[in-house]
Amino acid sequence: MATVVTTPRTEEDVLIEQLGYDDHFHDHHDGDKFRSNFLTTYVFSQDHKIIAKQFLITGMFWAVIGGLMSLIFRLQLGFPEESMAWLKPVLGKWIEINPDSGMGSLSPEFYYALVTMHGTIIVFFVLTAGLSGTFSNLLIPLQVGARDMASPLLNMMSYWFFFLAGLVMFASLFLSTGPFAGGWTAYPPLSALPQASSGSGAGMTLWLVSLVFFVVSVLLGGINYITTVLNLRTKGMTMWRLPLTIWAFFITAIIGLLSFPVLASAFFLVMFDRGLGTSFFLNEIYIGGQALDHVGGSPVLYQHLFWFLGHPEVYIIILPAMGIVSEVLSVHSRKPIFGYKAMVFSILAIAFLSFIVWAHHMFMSGVNPFISNFFVIFTLIIAVPSAVKVFNWIATMYGGNVRFTAASMFAIGFVSMFISGGLTGIFLGNSAIDIQLHDTYFVVAHFHIVMGVAAFFGMFAGVYHWFPKMYGRFMNETLGKVHFWGTIIGAYAIFWPMHYTGLAGVPRRYYRFDTFQTFSHFDELNKFITIAAIVTFAFQLLLVINFFYSIWKGKKVTVQNPWGATTLEWTTPIRPGHGNWPGKIPAVQRWAYDYGKDGKEFIPQIQPLAEGEADGGDH
Amino acid sequence: MIETTVNNPVYTRNRIHPKKFALLVACASMVMMFAGLTSAYLVRQAAGNWLEFTLPNLFYYSTAVIVSSSLALHGSYLLFRRGNAVGYKSLMVLAMVLALTFIVLQYQGWLALAAGGVELTTNPSGSFVYVISGLHAAHVLGGIAAIGVALLHAFLLPFRPTERRKLRFELTLIFWHFVDLLWIYLFIFLAGQ
Ligand code: HEM
Ligand SMILES: [Cu+2]
Repeated sequence: MATVVTTPRTEEDVLIEQLGYDDHFHDHHDGDKFRSNFLTTYVFSQDHKIIAKQFLITGMFWAVIGGLMSLIFRLQLGFPEESMAWLKPVLGKWIEINPDSGMGSLSPEFYYALVTMHGTIIVFFVLTAGLSGTFSNLLIPLQVGARDMASPLLNMMSYWFFFLAGLVMFASLFLSTGPFAGGWTAYPPLSALPQASSGSGAGMTLWLVSLVFFVVSVLLGGINYITTVLNLRTKGMTMWRLPLTIWAFFITAIIGLLSFPVLASAFFLVMFDRGLGTSFFLNEIYIGGQALDHVGGSPVLYQHLFWFLGHPEVYIIILPAMGIVSEVLSVHSRKPIFGYKAMVFSILAIAFLSFIVWAHHMFMSGVNPFISNFFVIFTLIIAVPSAVKVFNWIATMYGGNVRFTAASMFAIGFVSMFISGGLTGIFLGNSAIDIQLHDTYFVVAHFHIVMGVAAFFGMFAGVYHWFPKMYGRFMNETLGKVHFWGTIIGAYAIFWPMHYTGLAGVPRRYYRFDTFQTFSHFDELNKFITIAAIVTFAFQLLLVINFFYSIWKGKKVTVQNPWGATTLEWTTPIRPGHGNWPGKIPAVQRWAYDYGKDGKEFIPQIQPLAEGEADGGDH
Repeated sequence: MIETTVNNPVYTRNRIHPKKFALLVACASMVMMFAGLTSAYLVRQAAGNWLEFTLPNLFYYSTAVIVSSSLALHGSYLLFRRGNAVGYKSLMVLAMVLALTFIVLQYQGWLALAAGGVELTTNPSGSFVYVISGLHAAHVLGGIAAIGVALLHAFLLPFRPTERRKLRFELTLIFWHFVDLLWIYLFIFLAGQ
């Protein structure tokens, strides 16, 4: 912690010294018992900042794996006539070589496994763990003014359960029968009958084990996030002074805590059906001419349980991104966030509504159409708080002095993606229109834009913005901007055309389309999408290179608060040690969004209110 | 770090200790898990092909036993606070014995259920009883482990009702009351069907 002694004392340091909270924190110069060697500092760390980096880097690893998988199945869809023999060294027996022509083709089973793994990995490992795991860990203690999480031990365990989930899923990729191949939603009977397909055996077993570990990880993390936000806020940090990032992470954790256990219940029932012969989800099935013993189960029951998690899960993914975008847009527009309280209330409304719309995924599963009506109405109502947020983001930028950094550009890109994808949600939310659109590429386009790409954009905005806090260095801005333009153009090029194919009825999860005469006029479009996907993936490598290069070689951060932000994380030393603040904990005096007020560029949260000054959050 | 964060004077202004709060949050998520299962039960029941049967009496006895165990542990806690070392230890032992009895009775209940023709795979109505009570029993085992640790403390450490030990005891007690209440809910749910 030598930095503390040598950095000249800033105005912030003086304020913390005068007004801060003395909790008799002792800084151990040679590390304390939690940081005594390499293993406890970097591997089994209990420091929330290190755990955040672990989540981020593990998430990046999975993003690359998940992304590469999509390229392979896109090659199959775009170029079904081309030989894939060159992939044989990597994929082995999953590439079948025709002995006469030498043509290598992707085994249909493995195609389905790739689609399933791509979905599972991106949804759970990248956009749940990699996004909310990273930023909740990094920012909750730093922005509420806490030394660490309420229980650093549980926090560490949360990461290692995630790691374990990843290991098990990774192992399943190498099974001789292949990983699970029944779609990321794991509907029975493909998931509940081990003999249903080759991936339904050992592959599904590992999938279940992996996701149970994952649920444990989410719950351990969530318990900590909620407790920390409610119990460990520093002096003066009322709920209405919290930055929107924290509101978003907090509500996300609550949603996760209420919905993931239900997913676990569904998994337990699936396990019983698989291993112990019960019939929760299986009913009168014939396999190979033989009737199975299972009678009386209901596959639709699984769908209810799954989507009771599944729909909140999409908000678990998007809310943290929304929080990050709100913060980044405000900082880089040099303006207070527009409608702070409206933002909070719309987060709450979205969270509440997310629990009563799940059956919009089941309009076509044979649920009672009268019951569907309720779900149509609630689904369409979600568009209201979503629109409020969009309006407020735009109003925040409007008339602002927007700094076009990589972070703010990705935040703006997020808003664009969220609008595009939200609008198609309104189509899908009508049960009558959904008869045509369900299980088509229209749905694929909808959720990739609104959830996949938008959440990635939120994550990128967060990485570019908080990288200086994580590593004490900047990422390369130019590379960041190239990354942004490549990604936004590429993402629209991939997913926009899918709306057309979906409207025409092209179903999702098919192995090839060129053999259907109705769809053959989309062959060229499918080639285009595949090429766009490859190019867009290549642009992501810029981020990976930029990230790792900048960790060691990036431009050094020389001032405590490089973006001129108001929040507490920028009052810590440039490279904060264990416990975040070397001396007292800063006390909070005002809300988080005083930009351009009273002729000042910005006013940090630790700056006391002037005589007669009203606090921003209160109006 | 646990020390510096949680047992830190800054945070003593909180009326509820963060660890207790975290435990309550965890309980809420467990409630959701069982709420998921009991809602699944109702949805499946409404779909027909549903075998009606009554729960074996053993489940009534086990319910009485787990409630008594909860009360015994609570008594132990009160005596602990009053500094009555002997009473505290003996009631804790009683709570543990009753807890183990509960598990045995549940197991006997499952056997009786199967003997009465409702096996695990007979009909989803029976399968649900096994799964729900089994998953609950798994939580009880967690509670038993916690009481086991409390017993070790009671008998190996010198008797001293410090704040730390009080907190530890309270955490065990909260969880034990929780699995007790959870069972009462599940029992009324299953028996009332
Ligand atoms: C305006 C708000 C939204 C509405 C009205 C809406 C509506 C819908 C509907 C009705 C479906 C089912 C389509 C079908 O399968 O036939 C759907 C699918 C989906 N939506 Fe949305 N949505 C909205 C926003 C979002 C957001 C914000 C996310 C994620 C962040 C999201 C993620 C998804 C996903 C992942 C699926 C597909 C799941 C699958 O079948 O694999 N949606 N949406
Ligand atoms: Cu949904």
